[in-house]
Formats: sequence, structure tokens, C-alpha cells
Amino acid sequence: MPTVKELHVNGSKHAVDADADRSLLSVLREDLGLTGSKYGCGEGRCGACTVLLDGRPTRSCTTRVGAAVAKQVRTIEGLARGDQLHPVQEAFLEAGAMQCGYCTSGMIMSAVALLKDGHEPDREEIVRFMDGNVCRCGTYARIVSAIERAAGKMKGGAR
Amino acid sequence: MSEQSIGEFACEPERYELYEGSSSWELNRREFFRIVGGGVIVALLLREPLDAQPARPRGRRGFGAPMPREIGAWLHIGEDGTTTVYTGKVEIGQNIRTSLTQVVAEELRMPVARIHLVMADTARTPFDMGTFGSGTTPRMAPQLRRVAAAAREALLDLAAKRGNVERSSLTVADGKVVGPRSKPSFDFGQLTKGKKLMKLIGEDTPTTPAGKWTVAGTSVPKVDGRVLVTGAHQYASDVRRPGMLHGKVLRPSGFKAKLVSVNTRDAEAMPGVNVVHDGDFVGVAASTELAADKALAAIRAQWRTVAQPSDKDLFQYLKSHPGTARGFGGRGGNDQGSMDEGLTAADRKLQATYTVAYIAHVPLEPRAAVAEWSGDKLTVWTGTQRPFGIRGDLAGALKLRTEDVRVIAPDMGSGYGGKHTGEAALEAARLAKGAGKPVKLVWTREEEFTWGYFRPAGVIDVTAGVKKDGTLTAWEFHNYNSGGSALRTPYQVPNQHHEFHPAESPLRQGSYRALAATANHFARESHMDDLAHAVRMDPLAFRLKNLKDARLRAVLEAAAKQFGWGKAKPAAGHGFGIAGGTEKGSYVASCAEVAADRKSGLVKVVRLVTAFECGAVLNPDHLKNQIEGAAMMGLGGALFEEIKFAGGKILNPRLSNYRVPRFRDTPVLETVLVNRKDLPSAGAGETPIVAVAPAVGNAIFAATGERRRSLPMAPNGLKSS
Repeated sequence: MPTVKELHVNGSKHAVDADADRSLLSVLREDLGLTGSKYGCGEGRCGACTVLLDGRPTRSCTTRVGAAVAKQVRTIEGLARGDQLHPVQEAFLEAGAMQCGYCTSGMIMSAVALLKDGHEPDREEIVRFMDGNVCRCGTYARIVSAIERAAGKMKGGAR
Repeated sequence: MSEQSIGEFACEPERYELYEGSSSWELNRREFFRIVGGGVIVALLLREPLDAQPARPRGRRGFGAPMPREIGAWLHIGEDGTTTVYTGKVEIGQNIRTSLTQVVAEELRMPVARIHLVMADTARTPFDMGTFGSGTTPRMAPQLRRVAAAAREALLDLAAKRGNVERSSLTVADGKVVGPRSKPSFDFGQLTKGKKLMKLIGEDTPTTPAGKWTVAGTSVPKVDGRVLVTGAHQYASDVRRPGMLHGKVLRPSGFKAKLVSVNTRDAEAMPGVNVVHDGDFVGVAASTELAADKALAAIRAQWRTVAQPSDKDLFQYLKSHPGTARGFGGRGGNDQGSMDEGLTAADRKLQATYTVAYIAHVPLEPRAAVAEWSGDKLTVWTGTQRPFGIRGDLAGALKLRTEDVRVIAPDMGSGYGGKHTGEAALEAARLAKGAGKPVKLVWTREEEFTWGYFRPAGVIDVTAGVKKDGTLTAWEFHNYNSGGSALRTPYQVPNQHHEFHPAESPLRQGSYRALAATANHFARESHMDDLAHAVRMDPLAFRLKNLKDARLRAVLEAAAKQFGWGKAKPAAGHGFGIAGGTEKGSYVASCAEVAADRKSGLVKVVRLVTAFECGAVLNPDHLKNQIEGAAMMGLGGALFEEIKFAGGKILNPRLSNYRVPRFRDTPVLETVLVNRKDLPSAGAGETPIVAVAPAVGNAIFAATGERRRSLPMAPNGLKSS
């Protein structure tokens, strides 16, 4: 069976030895110890497993690891620079946009994709873009506020 | 009491309220200091007076007998001055890690950042019955206040002695004990260094009144927020152990199915696969999830199923199949006056039947556990609201001594009342035993939807009488199966009868945020709305006319004021609704604005105002967060959440066919906190949900003239299915 030997994750190359049919999510979590991406539904309907694949938000639970070869994978662990949080992470803290936090990684990764290149979405666009992400604790209104706040921080295309 | 083994699938409604505690945590000074090192320890000896306990159905074992003295919570100030607090409570997302830290900071007069909470670890924290029933704030927070206050007093004693000064000249502030003009000034660590001082206190230790709070009562940010936004927090499903395998369990073909035959030969032949077969339990453990999936798929099993009711027959079934379970709040027994007289005195009589469907909790982190054996000792990391209960369940099922089982519940990916049981813990433990290695088992979403338990479905019959002037004369209320929480009307009615009728539930059922208070408030407040319209009264005025309870009146008035009730007329196709109620010592009222288009069938809640009162508020922002979250969760159950089942199978066990509230469903949410610093703090995780469904239903009625008496009210929009 085909195996994946190397992945590009958060700016570094990682040696792996994984059946190409395994989900990207399981390889990130179990082989690389990057447990920030979560399993929520296994069918791409909750967004808890969202990572960026060449900058595009991707459901890692329904993505074969084989499909991630030679692509840049970015996970929640790759956002902060040392102690300096990403503006979206900061905004989530400032807006108190979480309860249990299990959806938070996926929410933040989706939001990072939305705000790419200094894009400033209005509320409607945020709701439309984020609608595939579930927060069962129901902090949606706060997450929308956090994304607006982050957009303000990222004006001019920073990060 | 019937603490059932977790392998069984029967589960009485609201069973969690019924557990009695028994601690094996023994007082041993040397042991304490061996675990944590030197410093100052303060422990609270608990002897909960009966009147502080939630009412329980009569006849429970242990009820009425004094509990042994035991430790409720304890705190340690180390030799470096850092403070560690030990509590058996679990952080589920309700933000108690923060609010409990705040109350300790308040009494110890030290910064929040220097206090660390150890929670929900049966080897390190005192026994706790579980984190449910909105009990942490009213019961655990006062205990922690007391140990912190006593620790502060102990530090004052130490400082007076050390500085050889009058104790009364010293104050504690910002983590220091200081005298006039900061002379002397001691860091906590200077006072605790080299000490091994242990203080045992009772529940009468004085604490700071809410009016004088400076840290408690403020919006301290989530103390662990950073590890959540960086993905660093380790939920139970994130725990990894050396050599760990991944487990999968063979599930029956349907509920109540019996295993007739199983062939595991092909799975066993797969390299690196461990098959565990013990009675009806069949599972596998392998090095990756995919390998475990493939091994499971290679197992051939035959099951024998039995005929079972489906959702189509559900409500008829519940009424015709009486059961034996008891719900919290009892069966009734609170008759007053005579229904005959009350109905005779009425000008208008209304009778109606309400139904509520089974719904699922859908915690985003499904049940998960990592089990590791060391000889005959077992450690399990699992997301559960009852770590000590699960420890007992594991010991019982695996024939271990309780003290040889350690259950750790890391801050979890939510529960909403749905994680009182420890299925995954036991399954992982069995697999780990069989495989001889640590095993992680994470339930799939489909397993979580199928093999967990549901909020009880129910049927509620209401008969009421009212005079032309709006005075209630009669109120009769029968709840079948859904439960007894908030069964009684808070309104003044001279003739009333309430009764809870347990039934045989076709599906496994258990607790859910606010238990049956949601169903009972839905029926009651919908019916109250009908009565108001029957006598042509404003629904708010009608409620107030029949209501004496000042706290409930206050939230109804506060919600109405914020909403602008009675001021503006709704836009075309829109309707306004109001509802209120009380449960678990707190009070809530909600006002909803709904947009309803009868032609297209579209219905949307566009604005939801909630006023909430739970005594003295511990953390206003986190309280608002809970209220907003309850509003969103309440909208799901109100409008579209519903478990479909037939032939022993769940028909919609995935997020693609069980609809939960999403971003697009979010209305404008406004919350009004009625802060009563003169009253003890009550919990807030549950009650804010109870008025959502009736407020929305009343608004749909106002918009369309159509009364919807079944939850969910609009699974297919306003069109009938």
C-alpha cells in the first residue's frame, strides 16, 4: 500500500511513515502529536478538524494524508510566533469567544483563512463563511465579534 | 439506590440527581504533605446539612442519614507562595475553573494568575458526586471561599508571629501580608517556607460578603484561555501514552440486540491487531485508527434483534407503558384545592397536550478515554461529569479495589448533562487489559449519537381554568416520562394538581441541561399564553396578575423592559413572545421576536432577550456567555432538533442529518443580568435555557395565529412534515 514519508507542517518538514489512506487528521494528531486539530464528526460537517492546506481551509478528517503530500499544512499549533499569538487568537481571547474550547482550533483556522490578505468581511459574509463550523456551546455571536475584531487588527494584510 | 453497571443501557431519567456520596479520601496529614511538599494546607471538613441538599425523592438509601465527615475541598500554599486548590469538580466549558479561582483570589487577596486549580482527579482531589445540577457555584464555591479565608487568617497568624507585631495591624493584599506603611511585608512564600501547617475548618468559617467583593463579581477572563486558542490544551481524546494503541468496539446491529455468533479470525490474522472478546463485548486494538477500523470491519457477527417501537408510535407508547423510574422533583403529591371546583369557577377552560422529542447532547468532543494498566492498577483519562462515579463503575465492572482505579477528567469538550456515564472508559480499560498496552478509544460521532443517552421524550397534558378577569382558578399538569423538574407552576392557582408519570422509554435516556424543566416550561408557558389570549389579556400582564414570586416578576419585567414589550408593534410577518420561569434557585425570562413566512414556511428567531437572576453574580461576562449559549442550544431543541428512530436504530446519527444550531441561526442576543448581591449565588449552566422554547413558540403564535405544541416546533419550517 502507498505510504507517505514526509509532510510539510507549520513551515517544517516532518518525516512520517503513514498509510496514505489514513486521514490527515489522524496523522497530525497521532504521528506528529499535533492534537490541536480535533475530531468532531468525521464527515466534514463540524469544522473542528480544520487546517489550512496551501492556505485553503480544509477538513482534515475527510482528507487522506496522501492528498497532503507536497502541500503546506498549517495547523493551530503553527499560528503563534513564539509567545506572540496570532491576531485571530488574540481576538478570540479578547472577545471571550469560547466555552469548552473544543471547536476553537477549527474556528480560528477557518477565520484565519477568511481574513487572508487583509480581507475585511461584513457580518453576513462571516456568518456565511463560518456556517460549516459548529460550536455546540453556542458562542457564535462572540465568534463573529472576535473575527470582526481580528479583521481590525489585521488591516493592511499583516500575517 | 440502583447504581447500574455502565455496560447496561437502561438509565433512569435524571438519575444523576440521585447519587449519594461516599468518600474514601482519608484524612492523613503526613500523606497530604508527602504529596504536595511543605507549606500551609487548609482543608474543609464537610458535613452538609440536609437542608442544603437538593430535595430528593423519598426512600433513597442514605437519604436522611448524616453523611460522614469528609473533605469537601482543600488548598495548599507552597513554600514558594504559589497556591494550589484541589476540587473534584470538572471543567466542562462552563468556566468554573475561572469562577472558582476568583473566589479563592478574593478571600486570599492574591492575584488570580498565582492560583492553580487541580480538578477532577480521583487520586488527588476530594470525592465529589459530580459536576451537574448547577451545583458548583452554590456548593463548591462557598467551600473554596472558606478554605481560602481560613488560609488568609493562618497567614496573618504566621506574619504576626514572625514580625512580632499585633495581628490586628496587619492586612493581606496582592499576595502579601503587610503592616502599616508596608512594614513588615511578607510574601506568602516567606511565611510558608519550612512550615508544615495543616488547618481543618468547618462550614461556618466567615467569608467576604458579595457587597465587598473586588475580584469575585468581576469579568476575569478565562484563566486557561491561552491553551485553548493555541490548541495546547489536552482533552481526554488528546492524551497519548507510550506504546498506546487505538481501539474500536463492535456495536450491536441495533438496540437490545444479542450477539448470536461472531467470527474474529480474519481480524486476529491482521498484523499488530489485538482482538478482545469477552461475552457480548468484542473490540480491537491496533496501532492506528485506520488499522483498528479495518480489523473491526473484518469481524463477522450475527445479532438477534427484537421488535421495538419507532418515533412514529412514541407518544402513544409512553402514555401506555408506565415505568418505575423516579424523576427529580418527585411524582407530584402537591395537590391543592379541588380541580372540579376550580374548573366550575372558570369562565374559560383550556385543555391541551404537548409533546417533546428525544434530542441528543452532541458534545463536540465525543466520549473518549485512554486506559493504562500497571499490574492490577488502572488509570483512565476520560471526559466525564462524574469521575468518582466512573471510578466506582470501573472498579465494580473490572472487579478491582476502588483505590486501585484512578480516573482523571481533563477539562472536557463539553457535556450538557450527557457525560455522566463512563462507557468509553470501561471499553478502553477492557481493550487495554486484553492488548497489554495503553489504549485510546474515541467514539465516532455516530456512536455518540447512538450509544450515549438522550434527553427524555415526553407527553404533557395540561388542563386549566381562568376567569374573565384573568385570574387562574384551576391548573392540572401531567408529565409522562420527560421528568419532574420544574413540574409545579410558579403561578398562584387555588386549585392545582401536578403529576409525573414515569414510562418505559424506548430509547436510553438520561439527564440533559435543565432536565425536564425545558419541557415543563414549554408546556406551562405555552398554555399560559393561550390562556392570556383566551381572556384577551396581554401575556405579560396576565402572568404578572397571577404571580407573587418577586424574583420571577423581576426577571419578567427586566426582559420586557429590555425588549420593549408592549411598546412597538411587530413588523409584518413578525411576532413577539414572552415566557419565564424558575429552576434550581435561579430565575429567567425570555422575549423572542420571530420572523415567520407561512407561504415559504421559513421561520427564524431574529432577536432573543434574556433576563436572568442567580443571586450574586460571580463573573458577569462568563454568565452572559452561559446565557447566550443556553439560548442557542435552546433554539435547537425548540425549532428543529429531533432524534428519529425505528427498529432499534437511530435514523439520523450524524451531523449531516441531525441539525444543530449554526452561525446562521444566531439571532440578536441580548442579556440582562439582575445582580442580587444580597442573595447567595446560584448556578447558571442550566436555567437560562428553560424559557427559550416557549418564548419562541409564543412568538410564532403571535406571528401566525398557530399554536405549536410539539418540540421541535418547526423541523421542516412551518410546513407540516
